[in-house]
Amino acid sequence: MFGKKKNKDVEIVNEANENAIQNKEIDGLSQGQIVLRRFTRHRGAMIALFTLIFLILFVYSASGIYLGSDKQPFTIQGWWHYKITDHPMLVFGKDCPGGSTGCPSLNLNPFSGKFGFGDHPFGQDDIGRDYFALAMRGAEQSIMIMFIIGGIGGLLGTVIGAIAGYFRGRLDGFLMRLTDLIITIPSLIIGAVIGYKVGNLGVVVLGLYLGIFSWTGLARLVRGEFLSLREREFVDAARVAGASNRRIIFKHILPNAVGIIIVSVTLSMSGAILLETALSYLGFGVVPPDVSLGSLISNYQESFATRPWLFWWPGFFIIAIALSVNFIGDGLRDAFDPRQRRRISKKDRENAKVASKA
Amino acid sequence: MTQAKEPILKVENFNVEFWVDGVWYPAAIDMNYQVGAGEVLAIVGESGSGKSSSSMGLMGLLASNARTTGSVKVKGVEMLGASNKTLRTFRGREVAYIFQEPMTALNPVYTIGFQIIETLKTHFDMTTEKARARAIELLTMVEIPNPEKSINKYPHQLSGGQRQRAMIAQSLACDPSLLIADEPTTALDVTVQAEIIDLMRNLKDKLDSAVLLITHDMGVVADLADRVLVMKDGLTVEQGSADQIFNRPVHPYTQQLLAAVPKLGSVQSRKLVVPADAKPVLRLSDVTIEYPKRGRVPAFTAAQGISLEIFPGEILGLVGESGSGKTTIGRAAIGLLPIKSGIIEVAGNDISHASLKDLQAVRRHTGIVFQDPASSLNPRLPIGESIGEPLFLAKIAKGDELNRMVEDLLDKVELPRSYRNRYPHELSGGQRQRVGIARALALNPDILIADEPTSALDVSIQARFLELLQELQEELKFACLFISHDIAVVEILAHRIAVMQHGRLVEVGDRDQILRSPKDPYTQKLLAAVPVPDPAEQKIRREARKALAG
Repeated sequence: MFGKKKNKDVEIVNEANENAIQNKEIDGLSQGQIVLRRFTRHRGAMIALFTLIFLILFVYSASGIYLGSDKQPFTIQGWWHYKITDHPMLVFGKDCPGGSTGCPSLNLNPFSGKFGFGDHPFGQDDIGRDYFALAMRGAEQSIMIMFIIGGIGGLLGTVIGAIAGYFRGRLDGFLMRLTDLIITIPSLIIGAVIGYKVGNLGVVVLGLYLGIFSWTGLARLVRGEFLSLREREFVDAARVAGASNRRIIFKHILPNAVGIIIVSVTLSMSGAILLETALSYLGFGVVPPDVSLGSLISNYQESFATRPWLFWWPGFFIIAIALSVNFIGDGLRDAFDPRQRRRISKKDRENAKVASKA
Repeated sequence: MTQAKEPILKVENFNVEFWVDGVWYPAAIDMNYQVGAGEVLAIVGESGSGKSSSSMGLMGLLASNARTTGSVKVKGVEMLGASNKTLRTFRGREVAYIFQEPMTALNPVYTIGFQIIETLKTHFDMTTEKARARAIELLTMVEIPNPEKSINKYPHQLSGGQRQRAMIAQSLACDPSLLIADEPTTALDVTVQAEIIDLMRNLKDKLDSAVLLITHDMGVVADLADRVLVMKDGLTVEQGSADQIFNRPVHPYTQQLLAAVPKLGSVQSRKLVVPADAKPVLRLSDVTIEYPKRGRVPAFTAAQGISLEIFPGEILGLVGESGSGKTTIGRAAIGLLPIKSGIIEVAGNDISHASLKDLQAVRRHTGIVFQDPASSLNPRLPIGESIGEPLFLAKIAKGDELNRMVEDLLDKVELPRSYRNRYPHELSGGQRQRVGIARALALNPDILIADEPTSALDVSIQARFLELLQELQEELKFACLFISHDIAVVEILAHRIAVMQHGRLVEVGDRDQILRSPKDPYTQKLLAAVPVPDPAEQKIRREARKALAG
């Protein structure tokens, strides 16, 4: 009897051979660890992630944090010596090309005598305000709006999509028609109305309101995912085990849909920063005296021919942030996709060891 | 011409390796075989043995992380390292593949006729009319009813068997000299499988092609193969004529494999004496189950007039082909599906129209093991948590006590206790199914519903799984509704057998009565279609089946 049992144990261990080769890569890792591993191997996404983290730290530490509205400000000072409300003397162009005013003092050539930031690294605007301070403040506002829209939109989209997909029936019909209705209204128009109404209440309020209208795409995705996951046998198994609807949704289905949610939210965030920029450009988003990247571009578009740096710097920050976020989203999508395999280079092929012939 | 016949396919020192994380892992090692015209070579082995990757590797159809070495000659032409152009002329023209899933191998947006004509026009200089005529001829050859009409049908309009026929017609379009069939009948019901095997045998004789048959089903091998090659972990274990392999296997693995195949009519009868006053654990009386109409899709009656009783400690085998409604009954029996009319009683509680709350109480008495081990466990939960969930939710145990009970359950299904913290994807199919049993038995149910628990498993794992289930059943004395399409499996376990067709029970009776003297013609047909892993006996059965069909 004992002998028989022992024999079986040995055989059980052998049983793990199915798909053994494909599973070599993921031996002993949980799902989360597998995703993390795939993500950290995605070079573009990792570079983007570090760029974004660096940008955020740089921007926020430089300009400090300003929350609340004009009436009840909440501020933490940054390390840059100018604020957007300061009006230092406008530098007249001794060194500026073509005799323009307020040109950037940033010099990246280490062999010239003036290497370094200088007093106004990004130059000055028409009335002498430090453009570095303005750009930092603008980037700060844009990043904040991006995260708020992403967060609110992600939360609403997940909840609405989950409810619609899990309960189906009439509730699903109602929620999806509501989604259709919101999708049919162009986001710029919604944004313009919201910006017109609440733009002067500060970026947090603006972000909250914009978030309320940007959950539609995610809701549809999550609903689809829930519709297919709820038919899986492990959901039935949980139901037979006596699990309540809430437990099934949060413990069993949602963790399996988290990949699609993270990817979609990330990608929608780069859309959010562009939406904010577009609104501010049109004058509906962040209103003066506060600035955002969009309003900076809008304010100084006429100076493009004579003082192009007033245009470059906000543009650079918009592109850098949107691109980083997009790359991160791309890396996440690859990491969550189980079919994604790394491409094998010629070098890999040559360097590969041959496993012992088991 | 009159020299010794050159084999159609000659494989020498053939290796397939996969690149994973900087290491080449071998999937097939040092294979040597040849197939001549009119000959069927079967490659058998369990999943992961490398039989499929080695056959795909022959024509360079593997993913980019694979490499092949050695020599593969088709009609004397080397295929490994050949240019894409050479490979393309050989694919389809000389070498044709038949895949396992006809639904995924046929393109759903084109008619089957279009797909056959496309193949013809790629390889021959043919007008569309001529190709069409040829396509109709091919469809006639594979015995698709009404070929002139069927040629304009889309894959979803055909039944599973007809789709497989259409795919065979497509692969035969250019009279290939080598046909590679990768599990051609695995997705089909036994009666359809028998027809497809007959068809392949006739076609092979008619066209004199060489056939490379890849399968795990020893019954199919016995029915069709001339020679057999047994693979394990990428190595060729044994090679020889069908007669030799089946009757005088030399290698212990081949012997083990053959012993694991359930063989119809080889198991001793299991009798169970039910006391006269025993109350059934599960009672279905005149139950009708309907899938309600959704939009324009009309309501579909999946099962009707079902009356069944299962007594304590009894295993009832429920057999039928796909779509016969057996899974529907299993799910309704534990309240996962509402019923339209009739009465279902579980352990004395009527759950016919029970509310969610009533069902919670009944669920302590029931457990279910699902068909697909890949989908029945939550991929995000460690298996210990999956097993413990019923106990936790029934508020029987939590914390350390729950852990202890989970470990007990793992012991019971003979899995190491350390597996508690593993995730489903780290386990093999057989191990996952054991986890499924452990979860189903967690609440010590009176009745266990086993819905095709072995259909996704290899034969040797299936054999061990069935043994385990039997041991557990004898120890814990639960009643069991064992649903399966495989009569040979049901035979091993069941005390009584019920046969279903088109949503109705056609016959219910003692195991021996059903197997030895079936009364219903459908049961007779079903039994005759089961292939037996013995070439000689299978030949006799084949004749008998033909006689039965008239």
